[in-house]
Amino acid sequence: MADSSTPPLIRARALTKRFGAFTAVDAIDFDVAPGESFGFLGPNGAGKTSTMRMIACVSPVSGGELSVLGMDPRADGPRIRARLGVVPQQDTLDQELTVSENLAIYGRYFDLPRSVIRQRVAELLDFVQLSERARDQVEPLSGGMKRRLTIARSLINEPDLLLLDEPTTGLDPQARHLLWDRLYRLKQKGVTLVLTTHYMDEAEQLCDRLVVMDKAKIVAQGSPRQLIEQHSSREVLEMRFPVGVQETLDGSLEGLGDRVERLPDRVLVYAADGDAAATAAHERGLRPEMSLVRRSSLEDVFLRLTGHSLVD
Amino acid sequence: MATPASIRVFEHELLKYRRAFRGTLVSSFLNPVLYLAAMGVGLGGYVAAGKGGAAASAALLGGVSYLAFLAPGLLASTAMQTAAGESTFPIMGGILWDRTFLGMLATPIGVVDILVGKLLYICLRLTLVTCIFFGVMIVFGAATGPQAFFAIPAAILTGLAFAAPIIGFSASQKDPSGFNSLFRFGVIPLFLFSGTFFPVSQLPGFLQPVAFVTPLWHGVDLCRTLALGTATPIGVLVHVAYLVGVAALGLVVASIALRRRLRQ
Repeated sequence: MADSSTPPLIRARALTKRFGAFTAVDAIDFDVAPGESFGFLGPNGAGKTSTMRMIACVSPVSGGELSVLGMDPRADGPRIRARLGVVPQQDTLDQELTVSENLAIYGRYFDLPRSVIRQRVAELLDFVQLSERARDQVEPLSGGMKRRLTIARSLINEPDLLLLDEPTTGLDPQARHLLWDRLYRLKQKGVTLVLTTHYMDEAEQLCDRLVVMDKAKIVAQGSPRQLIEQHSSREVLEMRFPVGVQETLDGSLEGLGDRVERLPDRVLVYAADGDAAATAAHERGLRPEMSLVRRSSLEDVFLRLTGHSLVD
Repeated sequence: MATPASIRVFEHELLKYRRAFRGTLVSSFLNPVLYLAAMGVGLGGYVAAGKGGAAASAALLGGVSYLAFLAPGLLASTAMQTAAGESTFPIMGGILWDRTFLGMLATPIGVVDILVGKLLYICLRLTLVTCIFFGVMIVFGAATGPQAFFAIPAAILTGLAFAAPIIGFSASQKDPSGFNSLFRFGVIPLFLFSGTFFPVSQLPGFLQPVAFVTPLWHGVDLCRTLALGTATPIGVLVHVAYLVGVAALGLVVASIALRRRLRQ
């Protein structure tokens, strides 16, 4: 959690990014404390990547204030970047080079001595479980392996701050869990992580604290638990009705829980006690095709805050 | 102690070039062999026996054989083509395909470092290509004396005068379709009509001033006069100044275009 005695690693006030007439990031404020794992959660186009690119000092700030590692990206871009690790949304690996060559040349971009690079390449390949592929060309590797290599590459300079832009998008569940495990280990070692995601489970797994972004603005912030407590109920009853039935249910859903949300394919009832809500629904004569009670998640928070779901 | 950032970009190019190295050396050797054999020796025989006979053609070519006339011009043209090849698809690849430039920009490396590092690599390629070409010229007897050696740096300069502006062009392209136009309407016409194969004085009068403003004509004439030992100090100065000017302008254009593309 943010500690008021240590200065923040990243501080943004009224941070804005414009592309011509389009405002991608609209005057957002946030702080990231050292050692914290901080997330930007939001749908595609919410402004997460633009924010990350400004923090990474690759995209100029259009307005407001931004300080990264206590420096100004406008003046100290190369000095800031020397202490960052960046995992971009799309891989930027050199497909013609081998796995270990990709790591080694990246170390050279940071002007690390060759002896240091040799040692770190071996350690990092071991860390991301790619030692056996060290001499293989990158091009035929699986998506998950390339992501792991990109993460290893971002660690070559032992960064103070690791920026991950949708680190697991497009990966199969097994590959995602392996990546999460590696990121969790980094967090344990005290590396500050800043990540964007549009996966709720990823945010819940990895983030101590997060901001929810929608349409270029921050709509809420807090820990995953706080956000759920503030913006949702403890449990959710999900009911799916036979085709055509949901539209006829008008009055009969009201008052079942704290709040009722109608999605195109199902009805969500937010309630402290989901089972009690299910019993009440049954007593009213509702006969859903499917009904389940689950704990409230960030997905529900997002739906509540923005009125639309996260992945369209 | 610290290695300049552009040298670190150059190291990346070297690492990649280690793989392509052999293939490029073979083609750098075969290309001049084929051209000098077919055009210089084969076609050159007809040129000598042509209208007005050997005396007339020798007068037009400045008193040398067609082979000796052609070879230094072809050297300059080859440098242009090598530079054009290295300044188009590899640049787009770094921006768009494997996006290695974006990877570099997440480190202390900056846009200008990428540009300079790329140009250093192109310089290396030009050096190899022109030296091999020069070796083939010697074997063909197309290098008329030790002064001909100066055609090598002249050809490298010619290549650089093309590399920088073409990198700027490439950085402004959304997809590679523009490269077809660049080669079809730029590189190939220059290759054919900038004095490589015949003196520019053979062009229709209204086209001659056009030839004089193209960088390739300056490169061809510089290489040729140096190789044949007919260079004048003022001529060399004008050609070198023109080529350096084009390269410098290209450098500015390329850094603006790359920055606009990569630092949004």
